[in-house]
Amino acid sequence: MSALFNPTVAWITLRATLSRKRALLFALPAVILILLTVALRASRAPMRPWPSHVLGTFGFSVLIPLTALIIGTSVLGAEIDDGSIVHLLATPVRRSAVVVTKFVIATGLTMVFAAVPELIAALISGGGSIPAKGGPGLVTLDAGKFAVALFVGALACSVIYNAVFVMVSAATTRAIAVGLLYVLVWEVLLSNFVSGVKLLSVSHYGLGIANGLVNDPVLEAGLGVLTSVVMGAIVTAVALALAMNLLSSFTLKGEPA
Amino acid sequence: MTTIELRNVSRWYGNVVAVNDVTMSIEPGVTGLLGPNGAGKSTIMHMIAGFLPPSRGELTIGHRSSWRDPSVYRQVGLVPERDSVYAFLTGQQFVLSTAKLHELPDPAAAAARAIAVLDMADAADRRIATYSKGMRQRIKVAAALVHDPEVLLLDEPFNGMDPRQRLHMMDLLDKLGSEGRTILFSSHILEEVERLSGTIQVVVAGRLAASGDFRAIRRLMTSRPHVFMVRSSDDRLLGGTLIGRPAVTAVELTRAGLQVRTSDYGAFCRDIAVLARDHGIRLREVLPADESLESVFAYLVAS
Repeated sequence: MSALFNPTVAWITLRATLSRKRALLFALPAVILILLTVALRASRAPMRPWPSHVLGTFGFSVLIPLTALIIGTSVLGAEIDDGSIVHLLATPVRRSAVVVTKFVIATGLTMVFAAVPELIAALISGGGSIPAKGGPGLVTLDAGKFAVALFVGALACSVIYNAVFVMVSAATTRAIAVGLLYVLVWEVLLSNFVSGVKLLSVSHYGLGIANGLVNDPVLEAGLGVLTSVVMGAIVTAVALALAMNLLSSFTLKGEPA
Repeated sequence: MTTIELRNVSRWYGNVVAVNDVTMSIEPGVTGLLGPNGAGKSTIMHMIAGFLPPSRGELTIGHRSSWRDPSVYRQVGLVPERDSVYAFLTGQQFVLSTAKLHELPDPAAAAARAIAVLDMADAADRRIATYSKGMRQRIKVAAALVHDPEVLLLDEPFNGMDPRQRLHMMDLLDKLGSEGRTILFSSHILEEVERLSGTIQVVVAGRLAASGDFRAIRRLMTSRPHVFMVRSSDDRLLGGTLIGRPAVTAVELTRAGLQVRTSDYGAFCRDIAVLARDHGIRLREVLPADESLESVFAYLVAS
């Protein structure tokens, strides 16, 4: 792993990512989520299952992917766009190390700007409630357990989403547009309405892992925890392998005669 | 001693041919890759630098292909044309981080040496964002030289440099070439290569139009007739004195000024200044009328 992580690439990537104006957007989805949670907590009765809907469905299929999209496309795509990546690639550093290092930085930033806010929002929400087993009514969820489950699910989502978006950045110069289309069409629309799509939905991997820890039917996790972990690992590995291959074939376009 | 070899290299984008069956051997020393804009110079540079695979043919640096092999950069330094550097870093941080990426044993010393060679020590602690274009070019060259490469590739290195910086860069390239390194730079400005001794490769419309000693090719270029438009305080007097000079082959008095034909670009430029001064004539404008690079290269290809 150490050969795949280059501290100098990490330092440049972190400086480059945080120095762009786009960095101001990193915290925007998280701020919206926390403000929404505070507002709902103040206005809704405590015995309603809203936290699972807001922090689960909305959080995992909108908040985390949007944050990961902004960050994941910044660490590589922005450098490809402005051409500064050439300075990195014209060195003996292996392209696999460039990809893995940038993926690690993007994942870490996404964890800070999306997974941690999920944890904070879940704690603020008080955990909400779920339908009682074998009878009518609702039972209150343990707020701490609920928050930890969502946090772990969000950490997993941060990893997988960033692998996907780093790969998209290596594949196309329109990474943000392609990524946005993927989030809105695949993660928000299809994965919540077409059951077969859940098997290839990152948000459902996160929800599956969170549900495995808290057993919350309101989360509407479409996959079991084992399937989520295995599929998440496969998607991450495949996306990173593709990104490495694409970056190895990175080309500068010369002017045609 | 490392040689860059291109054998029957072609590169096309869809059905557009950018580089057409180019064969050249770039030996140690300074070589200029010369051609008008759009001739295919950047495509050739990108292929040599390992950032574009040839569609056909074979390209090697020291008998190794540069495509998909980052280890080749241990012996190659690249100065890309695009003015895109990490502007948020200081010059020193940029060169030092490049030294670290090359895993040099003493990156700080290597960075300090490269910065000193490019005469950038005074500005090294400033952020690159505050640099002029010429300074950015120089810090890019410092980064490309930090690992002491045998091969240095520079894509339009003189862009944005003022005359003093150009001379400094040319002297540096000359020195590096005389040390046995293989220096290849591209340029679309003929006069830029004037000071640089060595060989040139002239590319026109994707093809290699001329190759060899700069002076021989330059003679071909200078022997073609040049046309100048001149405006002065006394065009008639100036025309009369100019026609007596051996470098001037024809003078025509027009409404727009004097149209002067000369067989020797350099001699004419010297003569007109001296004549104007000696006869008390004020020169208002001296414009080469056919100096588009395309016309120069077209002449060369026709030759």
